[in-house]
Amino acid sequence: MRVNLTINGHPRGDEIEPRLLLVHYLRDVAGLTGTHVGCETTLCGACTVLLDGKAVKSCTVLAAQADGASVTTVEGLAKDGGLHPIQEGFWEEHGLQCGYCTPGMMMAAVDLLSRTTNPSEDEIRHALEGNLCRCTGYQHIIKAVQYAAEKMRAAAGR
Amino acid sequence: MAVVPKFVGARIKRREDPRLISGTATYVDDVRLPGTLSAVVLRSPHPHARINSIDAAAARSAPGVVAVLTGEELKGKVGGIPCVAPAEHIPFHPLLAQGKVRFVGESVAVVVATDAYKAQDAADLIEVDYDPLNAVSDPEQALADDAPILHEEFGNNLVTRALIPNPAVDEAMAKADRVVKFRIKNQRLAPVPMEPRGVLAQWHQANGQLTVWTSTQIPHLLRSALAAVLSLPENRVRVIAPEVGGGFGAKLNFYREEALIAHLSRMLGQPVKWIERRRENLATTTHGRDQITYLEVPVKNDGTVLAIKAKFICDMGAYLQLLTPAIPGFSGLMMTGCYKIPAMSFEQVMVFTNKMATDAYRGAGRPEAAYIAERTMDMVAAELGLDPVAVRRRNFIPKEAFPYVTCAGLVYDSGDYDAALTKALEIVDYPKARAEQAEALKHGRYIGIGVASYVEICGIGPSVMLPPKVPGWESATVRMEPDSRVTVLTGISPHGQGQETTFAQMAADAFGVDIDDVTVVHGDTAIVQYGVGTFGSRGLSVGGTALMMSVGKLQDKLKKIASTMMEAPPDQLTFTNRTVALQSDTTKAIPLQAVVDAAYGWKMPIPGMEPGLDATSVFEPSGCTFPFGTHVAVVEVDPETGVVKFLRYVAVDDCGNIISPLLVAGQVHGGIAQGIAQALYEEVVYDENGQLVTATLMDYAAPRAQMLPHYELAHTVTPSPLNPMGVKGVGEAGTIGSTPCMVNAVMDALKPLGVRHIDMPLRPEKLWRAFKDAKKA
Ligand code: FES
Ligand code: FES
Repeated sequence: MRVNLTINGHPRGDEIEPRLLLVHYLRDVAGLTGTHVGCETTLCGACTVLLDGKAVKSCTVLAAQADGASVTTVEGLAKDGGLHPIQEGFWEEHGLQCGYCTPGMMMAAVDLLSRTTNPSEDEIRHALEGNLCRCTGYQHIIKAVQYAAEKMRAAAGR
Repeated sequence: MAVVPKFVGARIKRREDPRLISGTATYVDDVRLPGTLSAVVLRSPHPHARINSIDAAAARSAPGVVAVLTGEELKGKVGGIPCVAPAEHIPFHPLLAQGKVRFVGESVAVVVATDAYKAQDAADLIEVDYDPLNAVSDPEQALADDAPILHEEFGNNLVTRALIPNPAVDEAMAKADRVVKFRIKNQRLAPVPMEPRGVLAQWHQANGQLTVWTSTQIPHLLRSALAAVLSLPENRVRVIAPEVGGGFGAKLNFYREEALIAHLSRMLGQPVKWIERRRENLATTTHGRDQITYLEVPVKNDGTVLAIKAKFICDMGAYLQLLTPAIPGFSGLMMTGCYKIPAMSFEQVMVFTNKMATDAYRGAGRPEAAYIAERTMDMVAAELGLDPVAVRRRNFIPKEAFPYVTCAGLVYDSGDYDAALTKALEIVDYPKARAEQAEALKHGRYIGIGVASYVEICGIGPSVMLPPKVPGWESATVRMEPDSRVTVLTGISPHGQGQETTFAQMAADAFGVDIDDVTVVHGDTAIVQYGVGTFGSRGLSVGGTALMMSVGKLQDKLKKIASTMMEAPPDQLTFTNRTVALQSDTTKAIPLQAVVDAAYGWKMPIPGMEPGLDATSVFEPSGCTFPFGTHVAVVEVDPETGVVKFLRYVAVDDCGNIISPLLVAGQVHGGIAQGIAQALYEEVVYDENGQLVTATLMDYAAPRAQMLPHYELAHTVTPSPLNPMGVKGVGEAGTIGSTPCMVNAVMDALKPLGVRHIDMPLRPEKLWRAFKDAKKA
């Protein structure tokens, strides 16, 4: 079957098997390997991407279900050669070690920051509950999200 | 005037991060080679069964299938997985089961197809005729006369027995006011790196060379092992550890699939890739801990501990991995902790069970030891009605006693245990916390304060302390390139620890260049000289020392050359701002580049001196470092639900001098998270028949953000005398201190109920039951 979708602003169409998962489509067909697989069962969040602006776990979405949609992956975060504030935050606050959870973690955080501009530590912990990190113990991830929130508020003049 | 370090000790953002935050890092599964085939492993659903036959005909003719292999077909073609630690019984460890399966998840056959979906479809078509056998999952039952035997050739399930006797322990028992006795368990854990294992192998038929990309902590040791198992010359095998998504000891190993996939690529003449799924990861990547300890502790009424006597039952699982039987030794040797306990003795019984093998998991033997020592202190305090802090202070090794030789014969390099304890207690305001606890109890609120003072062993050396083939030394090459940029090739293999940053900080300061002028390379056996790897918190203390040795050699050479150009003796020169300068007046300087040009030029300024700027060193540690610290937790346990709420978590760690404060904080945070997870949440569960219950991340409770506290960190600094940086290592410290700290806190909260000990993990259900039982009584 055929899917047509937009990935990081670029439209594309491909002939695919109906059972192909979105995460495998992104990695193996579109060649975007920044989205990782940590469990294949919706439990770790490593595969989180934005589907029409909302965070989804791409290991439990069929590529076919993304037909007509717009997908943003970690590769689409940086704009015009500049890092996205969430990327800056993770770098600045040491929000990553091995980096494997990081793309999914950042996409989940971007989703949170699109809904609330000044999340508390508690709100961040809850918003990221679908994303596992085995390295950082989360505290620096929380600081990274707060850093990004502040940056984005400043940019928006709030 | 000494040159002030610019990068060492400063808060430096990591140099690894740009590729990781942009999604352009390359983990094994991201490596793309044309013509790559995908492998799927068929695994045993049975904990113990005889294999009567395997019918793979349907799989072989399924669409896209290129090959199917079973254990019988591998016989005589490849060797088995080695265990390098000594043991009485080391069974043959095949790449695919032969005749019998011995744990759930054991590999039985492998299917190679054009893509992973097709390989999986075909694997589902393989019919294996099994005769299920009785299984044993309880290590204490495994030695019973009627227990099912895993490896018939041994006649029983004993792996090995270790006995460290000491008559002084019996004398201590006789002298004691009383003997505190208890049994504790370090439950089985799964390391769960977020990147599962993965292997990509490419055989180059024309020149008989093999390249293997694998998610490992030990590329060089793996190269040696792979070459041996596949009967290949070692110089024709190249192992690449690309970006590695966490290891925690689980990737300090040599796995069946690493050899199997390499063999398949050689057999098929095409690249073959296998990526572990989480279900496989929980069942077939090494587990950690799984020790039961019976303790007898003779004490004086004032809290003085006279000796520790322990019996360990250690569950090794069904086969022995690289270091399986070596791990428990560290638990025994380190179980006297920070204390001047005059005598110890232990017996360790290691047994086979129908489970996945255990091996190193963050801390590897020392978390168990710290748990023993720190639960002992609290048990003694409870028994004698003393404050746990007072019992610790009574038994601490005093700071004047270092270097201190323990009753187990270990030489603790340096320490000031009371300083770390005092600082942690100040931060929580211990007297106030105790007063608040007492007040809360009047209102039916159960607050607990837990203290744990730990010491651990890191940077293990000399090499004789480790099994052969996993030595304690490390290597580093430092090259100053013709443009005076610095390349560091290190034998360690970081996978999140951040040495691309720390080593660059060190090299940049040493040569007076910018951190961006330094590139750190690791993880490729074709590029990097033979090395050992990253584990046991050794990266900085051992690998960093090798680095500084090579740096020193280059500095000497550069200074000698510069001295001919500056007319100043070499020992009065220093490196700063990309110049070689007079120490006494750094404005008297020549550009570093001029000296480098001379070193690479057509005429060396010093006759007989070798051109070029390249030095390799190997550091063999003369002793181990012993990081230490005190963690304090304040928690509240809800009697209605048994849920543990975190009120404070304070960690005072002493890892010697600190090169990179931001990265040290990251290591401590991650360590604490894993240690608390052991205390409260995680356990690999096999039922009594050997079925794996915790086969998904739904059942295996790796903690999420809201399951962990906010950590408050502080440090004391007691440099190690054993390396030039004065560092001790910090990769495992958090894990080691936090588990006993959290258990002590929860048990302290339950003290009014008269409960002394509950085995981990302290899940709400267990704690709720404790309240319920207390009410009944
Ligand atoms: S891979 Fe999708 S949630 Fe784990
Ligand atoms: S940084 Fe390694 S799992 Fe999050």
